[in-house]
Amino acid sequence: MNSSLFLYTLHLADNALITGHRNSEWTGHGPVLEQDIAISNIALDLIGQARNLYQYSARIFNDNISDCKRLISSPAFLAVIGDIDEDDLAYLRDTNEYYNLLLAEQTNGDWAKTILRQFFFSVYQQLLYGNLLKSKDAHLSAIAEKALKEVNYHVRWSGEWVIRLGDGTAESNRRMVEALDNLWMYSGELFLSSPYENELATEGIAADLETLKDTWLNKIQETFDKANLQIPPPGWMQQGGKTGKHTEHLGFLLAEMQFLQRAYPNSEW
Amino acid sequence: MVNYNLNNTNIPDEEAKVWQLLDEVSDPEVPILSVIDLGIVREINIQDKAVEVVITPTYSGCPAMDVITMQIKMQLLGHGYGPVTTRTILSPAWTTEWMTQAGKDKLKAYGIAPPNPKQQVCTPEYFQREESVQCPHCHSYHTTMISEFGSTACKSLYRCLDCQEPFDYFKCH
Repeated sequence: MNSSLFLYTLHLADNALITGHRNSEWTGHGPVLEQDIAISNIALDLIGQARNLYQYSARIFNDNISDCKRLISSPAFLAVIGDIDEDDLAYLRDTNEYYNLLLAEQTNGDWAKTILRQFFFSVYQQLLYGNLLKSKDAHLSAIAEKALKEVNYHVRWSGEWVIRLGDGTAESNRRMVEALDNLWMYSGELFLSSPYENELATEGIAADLETLKDTWLNKIQETFDKANLQIPPPGWMQQGGKTGKHTEHLGFLLAEMQFLQRAYPNSEW
Repeated sequence: MVNYNLNNTNIPDEEAKVWQLLDEVSDPEVPILSVIDLGIVREINIQDKAVEVVITPTYSGCPAMDVITMQIKMQLLGHGYGPVTTRTILSPAWTTEWMTQAGKDKLKAYGIAPPNPKQQVCTPEYFQREESVQCPHCHSYHTTMISEFGSTACKSLYRCLDCQEPFDYFKCH
Protein backbone atom coordinates (compact mmCIF):
# COMPACT_ATOMS: atom_id res chain seq x y z
CA MET A 1 0.00 0.00 0.00
CA ASN A 2 2.72 2.45 1.00
CA SER A 3 4.78 1.76 -2.08
CA SER A 4 1.69 2.17 -4.29
CA LEU A 5 0.83 5.46 -2.64
CA PHE A 6 4.41 6.61 -3.13
CA LEU A 7 4.25 5.76 -6.84
CA TYR A 8 0.84 7.36 -7.24
CA THR A 9 1.87 10.65 -5.65
CA LEU A 10 4.99 10.62 -7.84
CA HIS A 11 2.83 10.00 -10.91
CA LEU A 12 0.59 12.98 -10.06
CA ALA A 13 3.56 15.18 -9.20
CA ASP A 14 5.52 14.21 -12.32
CA ASN A 15 2.52 15.04 -14.52
CA ALA A 16 2.36 18.52 -13.03
CA LEU A 17 6.13 19.12 -13.04
CA ILE A 18 6.79 17.93 -16.58
CA THR A 19 3.82 19.79 -18.09
CA GLY A 20 4.80 22.85 -16.05
CA HIS A 21 8.40 22.61 -17.23
CA ARG A 22 7.34 22.29 -20.87
CA ASN A 23 5.15 25.39 -20.49
CA SER A 24 7.98 27.29 -18.85
CA GLU A 25 10.03 26.76 -22.02
CA TRP A 26 7.67 29.34 -23.59
CA THR A 27 8.62 32.04 -21.10
CA GLY A 28 10.07 34.88 -23.14
CA HIS A 29 9.03 33.20 -26.40
CA GLY A 30 5.22 33.46 -26.34
CA PRO A 31 3.42 34.68 -29.47
CA VAL A 32 2.29 37.85 -27.69
CA LEU A 33 3.19 39.25 -24.29
CA GLU A 34 -0.17 38.52 -22.63
CA GLN A 35 -0.13 34.88 -23.70
CA ASP A 36 3.52 34.51 -22.75
CA ILE A 37 2.47 35.61 -19.27
CA ALA A 38 -0.56 33.31 -19.31
CA ILE A 39 1.39 30.16 -20.16
CA SER A 40 4.11 31.09 -17.67
CA ASN A 41 1.46 31.54 -14.96
CA ILE A 42 0.00 28.14 -15.78
CA ALA A 43 3.52 26.71 -15.53
CA LEU A 44 3.82 28.29 -12.09
CA ASP A 45 0.51 26.81 -10.92
CA LEU A 46 1.58 23.36 -12.11
CA ILE A 47 5.02 23.52 -10.52
CA GLY A 48 3.31 24.64 -7.30
CA GLN A 49 1.05 21.59 -7.45
CA ALA A 50 4.10 19.43 -8.10
CA ARG A 51 5.78 20.85 -4.99
CA ASN A 52 2.79 20.03 -2.78
CA LEU A 53 2.68 16.50 -4.17
CA TYR A 54 6.45 15.90 -3.95
CA GLN A 55 6.48 17.11 -0.35
CA TYR A 56 3.86 14.47 0.37
CA SER A 57 5.78 11.80 -1.62
CA ALA A 58 8.92 12.63 0.34
CA ARG A 59 7.06 12.17 3.60
CA ILE A 60 5.71 8.79 2.50
CA PHE A 61 9.23 7.79 1.45
CA ASN A 62 10.87 8.88 4.70
CA ASP A 63 8.21 7.11 6.80
CA ASN A 64 8.45 3.87 4.78
CA ILE A 65 12.03 3.64 3.63
CA SER A 66 12.11 -0.16 3.42
CA ASP A 67 9.07 -0.24 1.09
CA CYS A 68 10.03 2.72 -1.05
CA LYS A 69 13.81 2.68 -1.38
CA ARG A 70 13.84 -0.36 -3.67
CA LEU A 71 11.69 1.58 -6.18
CA ILE A 72 14.45 4.04 -7.05
CA SER A 73 17.87 2.99 -8.22
CA SER A 74 19.38 6.26 -9.42
CA PRO A 75 22.84 6.44 -7.78
CA ALA A 76 22.51 10.17 -7.21
CA PHE A 77 19.24 9.67 -5.36
CA LEU A 78 20.56 6.80 -3.28
CA ALA A 79 23.55 8.92 -2.25
CA VAL A 80 21.31 11.38 -0.37
CA ILE A 81 22.16 11.31 3.32
CA GLY A 82 19.26 11.39 5.79
CA ASP A 83 15.68 12.32 4.89
CA ILE A 84 14.90 13.05 1.25
CA ASP A 85 12.93 16.13 0.18
CA GLU A 86 10.94 17.45 -2.79
CA ASP A 87 14.08 18.60 -4.62
CA ASP A 88 15.73 15.19 -4.40
CA LEU A 89 12.65 13.66 -6.02
CA ALA A 90 12.59 16.19 -8.86
CA TYR A 91 16.29 16.46 -9.59
CA LEU A 92 17.83 13.11 -8.76
CA ARG A 93 15.56 10.49 -10.29
CA ASP A 94 16.40 9.01 -13.70
CA THR A 95 14.08 8.86 -16.71
CA ASN A 96 12.76 5.35 -16.00
CA GLU A 97 11.83 6.48 -12.47
CA TYR A 98 9.54 9.21 -13.72
CA TYR A 99 5.87 8.20 -13.94
CA ASN A 100 4.28 11.06 -15.86
CA LEU A 101 1.95 10.60 -18.81
CA LEU A 102 3.63 10.46 -22.22
CA LEU A 103 1.40 13.39 -23.20
CA ALA A 104 3.10 15.65 -20.66
CA GLU A 105 6.62 15.22 -22.04
CA GLN A 106 5.81 15.78 -25.73
CA THR A 107 7.71 18.72 -27.18
CA ASN A 108 6.05 22.13 -27.42
CA GLY A 109 6.02 22.29 -31.22
CA ASP A 110 4.06 25.35 -32.30
CA TRP A 111 1.48 27.25 -30.24
CA ALA A 112 -1.30 24.94 -31.53
CA LYS A 113 0.43 21.81 -30.26
CA THR A 114 1.18 23.36 -26.86
CA ILE A 115 -2.43 24.54 -26.56
CA LEU A 116 -3.89 21.17 -27.45
CA ARG A 117 -1.56 19.33 -25.07
CA GLN A 118 -2.60 21.74 -22.30
CA PHE A 119 -6.28 21.36 -23.10
CA PHE A 120 -6.19 17.53 -23.03
CA PHE A 121 -4.16 17.62 -19.85
CA SER A 122 -6.19 20.29 -18.04
CA VAL A 123 -9.54 18.62 -18.70
CA TYR A 124 -7.96 15.39 -17.41
CA GLN A 125 -6.61 17.12 -14.30
CA GLN A 126 -9.95 18.80 -13.67
CA LEU A 127 -11.78 15.46 -13.63
CA LEU A 128 -9.03 13.70 -11.70
CA TYR A 129 -8.75 16.33 -8.97
CA GLY A 130 -12.54 16.61 -8.83
CA ASN A 131 -12.62 12.90 -8.12
CA LEU A 132 -9.78 13.08 -5.58
CA LEU A 133 -11.81 15.51 -3.46
CA LYS A 134 -13.55 12.34 -2.24
CA SER A 135 -10.29 10.43 -1.71
CA LYS A 136 -9.95 8.65 1.62
CA ASP A 137 -6.44 10.10 1.78
CA ALA A 138 -6.94 13.50 3.41
CA HIS A 139 -3.62 14.83 2.07
CA LEU A 140 -4.46 14.07 -1.52
CA SER A 141 -7.92 15.55 -1.23
CA ALA A 142 -6.52 18.77 0.28
CA ILE A 143 -3.96 19.12 -2.52
CA ALA A 144 -6.71 18.45 -5.09
CA GLU A 145 -9.04 21.01 -3.51
CA LYS A 146 -6.36 23.68 -3.71
CA ALA A 147 -5.31 22.82 -7.26
CA LEU A 148 -8.78 22.43 -8.73
CA LYS A 149 -9.51 26.14 -8.51
CA GLU A 150 -6.44 26.86 -10.64
CA VAL A 151 -7.13 24.07 -13.10
CA ASN A 152 -10.60 25.48 -13.83
CA TYR A 153 -8.87 28.55 -15.22
CA HIS A 154 -6.48 26.41 -17.27
CA VAL A 155 -9.34 24.48 -18.87
CA ARG A 156 -11.15 27.62 -19.90
CA TRP A 157 -8.03 29.36 -21.18
CA SER A 158 -6.80 26.38 -23.25
CA GLY A 159 -10.31 25.46 -24.45
CA GLU A 160 -10.88 28.99 -25.73
CA TRP A 161 -7.59 28.81 -27.63
CA VAL A 162 -8.56 25.45 -29.17
CA ILE A 163 -11.74 27.12 -30.47
CA ARG A 164 -9.95 30.27 -31.64
CA LEU A 165 -7.36 28.34 -33.61
CA GLY A 166 -9.52 25.46 -34.82
CA ASP A 167 -12.26 27.81 -35.97
CA GLY A 168 -9.87 30.57 -37.03
CA THR A 169 -8.10 30.79 -40.39
CA ALA A 170 -7.26 27.96 -42.79
CA GLU A 171 -3.68 28.11 -41.51
CA SER A 172 -4.59 27.99 -37.81
CA ASN A 173 -7.02 25.12 -38.48
CA ARG A 174 -4.33 23.22 -40.39
CA ARG A 175 -1.98 23.58 -37.44
CA MET A 176 -4.60 22.36 -34.96
CA VAL A 177 -5.32 19.32 -37.14
CA GLU A 178 -1.59 18.61 -37.28
CA ALA A 179 -1.32 18.95 -33.49
CA LEU A 180 -4.21 16.54 -33.11
CA ASP A 181 -2.49 14.03 -35.40
CA ASN A 182 0.62 14.31 -33.26
CA LEU A 183 -0.99 14.10 -29.83
CA TRP A 184 -4.09 11.94 -30.06
CA MET A 185 -2.14 8.67 -29.75
CA TYR A 186 -1.02 9.78 -26.26
CA SER A 187 -4.57 10.34 -24.99
CA GLY A 188 -5.42 6.66 -24.49
CA GLU A 189 -2.94 6.33 -21.64
CA LEU A 190 -4.79 8.91 -19.57
CA PHE A 191 -7.48 6.37 -18.70
CA LEU A 192 -5.40 3.19 -18.66
CA SER A 193 -4.87 2.31 -15.00
CA SER A 194 -1.45 1.24 -13.80
CA PRO A 195 -1.18 -1.45 -11.08
CA TYR A 196 -0.69 1.19 -8.36
CA GLU A 197 -3.76 3.13 -9.51
CA ASN A 198 -5.85 -0.04 -9.53
CA GLU A 199 -4.77 -0.95 -6.03
CA LEU A 200 -5.46 2.50 -4.61
CA ALA A 201 -8.75 2.92 -6.49
CA THR A 202 -10.07 -0.23 -4.78
CA GLU A 203 -9.24 1.37 -1.46
CA GLY A 204 -10.98 4.63 -2.34
CA ILE A 205 -7.70 6.59 -2.41
CA ALA A 206 -7.04 7.02 -6.13
CA ALA A 207 -9.52 8.02 -8.79
CA ASP A 208 -11.20 5.25 -10.78
CA LEU A 209 -10.08 6.37 -14.24
CA GLU A 210 -12.61 4.29 -16.15
CA THR A 211 -15.43 6.44 -14.71
CA LEU A 212 -13.78 9.65 -15.95
CA LYS A 213 -13.17 8.66 -19.54
CA ASP A 214 -16.61 9.44 -20.99
CA THR A 215 -16.80 12.81 -19.29
CA TRP A 216 -13.37 13.67 -20.70
CA LEU A 217 -14.40 12.62 -24.21
CA ASN A 218 -17.65 14.61 -23.95
CA LYS A 219 -15.80 17.76 -22.99
CA ILE A 220 -13.34 17.30 -25.86
CA GLN A 221 -16.22 16.61 -28.28
CA GLU A 222 -18.20 19.64 -27.09
CA THR A 223 -15.16 21.89 -27.54
CA PHE A 224 -14.18 20.36 -30.89
CA ASP A 225 -17.73 20.96 -32.18
CA LYS A 226 -17.15 24.67 -31.67
CA ALA A 227 -13.60 24.44 -33.02
CA ASN A 228 -14.31 22.74 -36.33
CA LEU A 229 -12.21 19.73 -35.32
CA GLN A 230 -13.01 16.01 -35.34
CA ILE A 231 -12.03 13.38 -32.82
CA PRO A 232 -9.95 10.82 -34.78
CA PRO A 233 -11.33 7.30 -35.32
CA PRO A 234 -10.13 4.64 -32.83
CA GLY A 235 -6.54 3.67 -33.55
CA TRP A 236 -3.21 2.71 -32.00
CA MET A 237 -2.57 4.32 -28.63
CA GLN A 238 0.84 4.69 -27.00
CA GLN A 239 1.37 3.78 -23.36
CA GLY A 240 4.11 3.28 -20.78
CA GLY A 241 4.70 6.61 -19.02
CA LYS A 242 2.90 5.55 -15.86
CA THR A 243 5.32 2.67 -15.41
CA GLY A 244 8.48 4.53 -16.38
CA LYS A 245 8.71 3.72 -20.10
CA HIS A 246 9.03 7.04 -21.90
CA THR A 247 9.43 8.60 -25.31
CA GLU A 248 12.90 9.92 -26.12
CA HIS A 249 11.80 13.49 -25.27
CA LEU A 250 11.78 13.05 -21.49
CA GLY A 251 15.52 12.31 -21.31
CA PHE A 252 16.37 15.59 -23.03
CA LEU A 253 13.99 17.51 -20.79
CA LEU A 254 15.47 16.02 -17.61
CA ALA A 255 19.02 16.54 -18.83
CA GLU A 256 18.34 20.26 -19.00
CA MET A 257 16.17 20.51 -15.88
CA GLN A 258 18.46 18.42 -13.67
CA PHE A 259 21.82 19.61 -14.97
CA LEU A 260 22.65 22.04 -12.21
CA GLN A 261 21.86 19.72 -9.30
CA ARG A 262 23.65 16.80 -10.96
CA ALA A 263 26.77 18.81 -11.82
CA TYR A 264 26.87 20.85 -8.60
CA PRO A 265 25.06 18.77 -5.94
CA ASN A 266 23.13 20.76 -3.32
CA SER A 267 23.88 24.12 -4.88
CA GLU A 268 21.41 26.88 -3.99
CA TRP A 269 20.81 30.42 -5.08
CA MET B 1 -12.40 28.13 11.17
CA VAL B 2 -12.21 31.63 12.60
CA ASN B 3 -11.63 34.28 10.01
CA TYR B 4 -9.70 36.73 12.07
CA ASN B 5 -10.66 40.31 12.33
CA LEU B 6 -8.38 42.70 14.20
CA ASN B 7 -11.34 44.13 16.09
CA ASN B 8 -12.31 40.76 17.49
CA THR B 9 -12.30 41.18 21.28
CA ASN B 10 -12.91 37.54 22.11
CA ILE B 11 -9.32 36.42 21.88
CA PRO B 12 -6.70 36.49 24.66
CA ASP B 13 -4.47 39.58 24.82
CA GLU B 14 -1.31 37.58 24.15
CA GLU B 15 -2.74 36.22 20.91
CA ALA B 16 -4.13 39.61 19.89
CA LYS B 17 -0.59 41.04 20.16
CA VAL B 18 0.70 38.45 17.71
CA TRP B 19 -2.12 39.16 15.26
CA GLN B 20 -1.23 42.87 15.48
CA LEU B 21 2.45 42.11 14.80
CA LEU B 22 1.56 40.00 11.78
CA ASP B 23 -0.52 42.85 10.42
CA GLU B 24 2.85 44.57 9.84
CA VAL B 25 4.12 41.73 7.61
CA SER B 26 3.40 42.56 3.99
CA ASP B 27 2.94 40.51 0.86
CA PRO B 28 6.18 41.03 -1.12
CA GLU B 29 4.29 41.12 -4.42
CA VAL B 30 1.51 43.44 -3.27
CA PRO B 31 3.28 45.34 -0.49
CA ILE B 32 0.19 47.39 0.34
CA LEU B 33 -1.43 44.25 1.78
CA SER B 34 -0.49 42.61 5.04
CA VAL B 35 -0.74 38.86 5.49
CA ILE B 36 -3.77 39.56 7.69
CA ASP B 37 -5.46 41.60 4.92
CA LEU B 38 -4.86 38.69 2.56
CA GLY B 39 -6.53 36.27 4.94
CA ILE B 40 -3.77 33.68 4.70
CA VAL B 41 -3.09 33.46 8.46
CA ARG B 42 -5.59 30.86 9.66
CA GLU B 43 -4.60 30.22 13.24
CA ILE B 44 -2.13 31.26 15.91
CA ASN B 45 -1.11 28.96 18.75
CA ILE B 46 0.92 30.39 21.62
CA GLN B 47 2.61 28.67 24.51
CA ASP B 48 4.70 31.07 26.60
CA LYS B 49 6.96 32.60 23.96
CA ALA B 50 6.65 29.76 21.47
CA VAL B 51 4.36 30.58 18.56
CA GLU B 52 2.98 28.42 15.80
CA VAL B 53 1.45 30.28 12.87
CA VAL B 54 -0.84 28.32 10.56
CA ILE B 55 -0.98 29.70 7.03
CA THR B 56 -2.64 28.72 3.80
CA PRO B 57 -1.21 29.58 0.37
CA THR B 58 -3.16 31.76 -2.06
CA TYR B 59 -2.11 29.71 -5.12
CA SER B 60 -0.24 26.38 -5.19
CA GLY B 61 2.68 27.99 -6.98
CA CYS B 62 2.66 31.40 -5.31
CA PRO B 63 6.38 32.29 -5.20
CA ALA B 64 5.72 34.82 -2.43
CA MET B 65 4.86 32.13 0.13
CA ASP B 66 8.44 31.21 1.00
CA VAL B 67 9.31 34.86 1.56
CA ILE B 68 6.14 35.45 3.59
CA THR B 69 6.91 32.47 5.81
CA MET B 70 10.39 33.80 6.47
CA GLN B 71 9.12 37.32 7.17
CA ILE B 72 6.56 36.02 9.66
CA LYS B 73 9.35 34.25 11.54
CA MET B 74 11.64 37.31 11.44
CA GLN B 75 8.88 39.59 12.68
CA LEU B 76 8.01 37.42 15.68
CA LEU B 77 11.62 36.54 16.54
CA GLY B 78 12.45 40.23 16.36
CA HIS B 79 9.77 40.92 18.96
CA GLY B 80 11.05 38.42 21.48
CA TYR B 81 9.04 35.35 20.56
CA GLY B 82 10.60 31.99 19.92
CA PRO B 83 10.78 29.35 18.80
CA VAL B 84 8.51 30.38 15.93
CA THR B 85 7.17 27.69 13.62
CA THR B 86 4.84 27.85 10.67
CA ARG B 87 2.56 25.13 9.41
CA THR B 88 0.91 25.14 5.99
CA ILE B 89 -2.59 23.83 5.52
CA LEU B 90 -4.21 23.45 2.09
CA SER B 91 -7.78 22.66 3.10
CA PRO B 92 -10.07 24.52 3.16
CA ALA B 93 -8.52 26.19 0.14
CA TRP B 94 -7.90 29.93 0.32
CA THR B 95 -10.48 32.10 -1.34
CA THR B 96 -10.56 35.82 -2.06
CA GLU B 97 -13.59 35.98 0.26
CA TRP B 98 -11.10 35.73 3.11
CA MET B 99 -9.52 39.02 2.13
CA THR B 100 -10.54 41.68 4.65
CA GLN B 101 -12.58 44.71 3.65
CA ALA B 102 -9.65 46.88 4.79
CA GLY B 103 -7.46 44.89 2.40
CA LYS B 104 -9.86 45.41 -0.50
CA ASP B 105 -9.99 49.16 0.18
CA LYS B 106 -6.19 49.34 0.31
CA LEU B 107 -5.88 47.46 -2.98
CA LYS B 108 -8.21 49.87 -4.72
CA ALA B 109 -6.40 52.92 -3.36
CA TYR B 110 -3.17 51.31 -4.61
CA GLY B 111 -4.53 51.03 -8.17
CA ILE B 112 -5.44 47.33 -8.22
CA ALA B 113 -9.11 46.42 -8.64
CA PRO B 114 -10.10 44.27 -5.63
CA PRO B 115 -11.72 40.85 -6.20
CA ASN B 116 -15.41 40.89 -6.91
CA PRO B 117 -17.63 38.96 -4.52
CA LYS B 118 -17.76 35.22 -5.00
CA GLN B 119 -18.18 33.29 -8.21
CA GLN B 120 -18.70 36.03 -10.74
CA VAL B 121 -15.68 35.24 -12.88
CA CYS B 122 -15.45 31.57 -12.03
CA THR B 123 -17.77 30.16 -14.70
CA PRO B 124 -16.43 27.22 -16.70
CA GLU B 125 -18.16 28.45 -19.86
CA TYR B 126 -15.99 29.62 -22.73
CA PHE B 127 -15.93 33.30 -23.70
CA GLN B 128 -18.17 34.36 -20.81
CA ARG B 129 -17.31 37.79 -19.48
CA GLU B 130 -20.51 38.76 -17.75
CA GLU B 131 -18.85 40.27 -14.69
CA SER B 132 -17.97 43.90 -14.60
CA VAL B 133 -14.81 45.09 -12.94
CA GLN B 134 -14.61 48.65 -11.70
CA CYS B 135 -11.65 50.77 -12.79
CA PRO B 136 -9.66 51.66 -9.65
CA HIS B 137 -8.63 54.99 -11.22
CA CYS B 138 -11.82 56.61 -12.56
CA HIS B 139 -14.36 54.17 -11.04
CA SER B 140 -15.97 53.43 -14.41
CA TYR B 141 -17.44 49.98 -15.00
CA HIS B 142 -16.77 50.41 -18.70
CA THR B 143 -13.72 48.11 -18.73
CA THR B 144 -12.43 45.16 -20.71
CA MET B 145 -10.13 42.24 -20.00
CA ILE B 146 -6.80 42.18 -21.82
CA SER B 147 -5.53 38.92 -20.36
CA GLU B 148 -6.88 36.39 -17.89
CA PHE B 149 -3.39 36.06 -16.42
CA GLY B 150 -1.60 39.23 -15.34
CA SER B 151 1.60 40.28 -13.60
CA THR B 152 1.18 37.52 -11.01
CA ALA B 153 -0.89 34.34 -10.92
CA CYS B 154 -3.51 36.03 -8.72
CA LYS B 155 -4.23 38.93 -11.07
CA SER B 156 -5.72 39.49 -14.53
CA LEU B 157 -4.94 42.43 -16.76
CA TYR B 158 -7.74 44.89 -17.58
CA ARG B 159 -8.12 48.18 -19.40
CA CYS B 160 -10.55 51.00 -18.70
CA LEU B 161 -12.42 52.10 -21.81
CA ASP B 162 -13.19 55.51 -20.28
CA CYS B 163 -9.90 56.74 -18.83
CA GLN B 164 -7.91 54.31 -21.06
CA GLU B 165 -5.66 53.24 -18.20
CA PRO B 166 -4.62 49.58 -17.92
CA PHE B 167 -4.93 48.05 -14.45
CA ASP B 168 -4.53 44.79 -12.57
CA TYR B 169 -7.59 42.99 -11.24
CA PHE B 170 -7.09 40.73 -8.23
CA LYS B 171 -9.18 37.88 -9.59
CA CYS B 172 -11.89 36.03 -7.79
CA HIS B 173 -10.52 32.70 -6.58
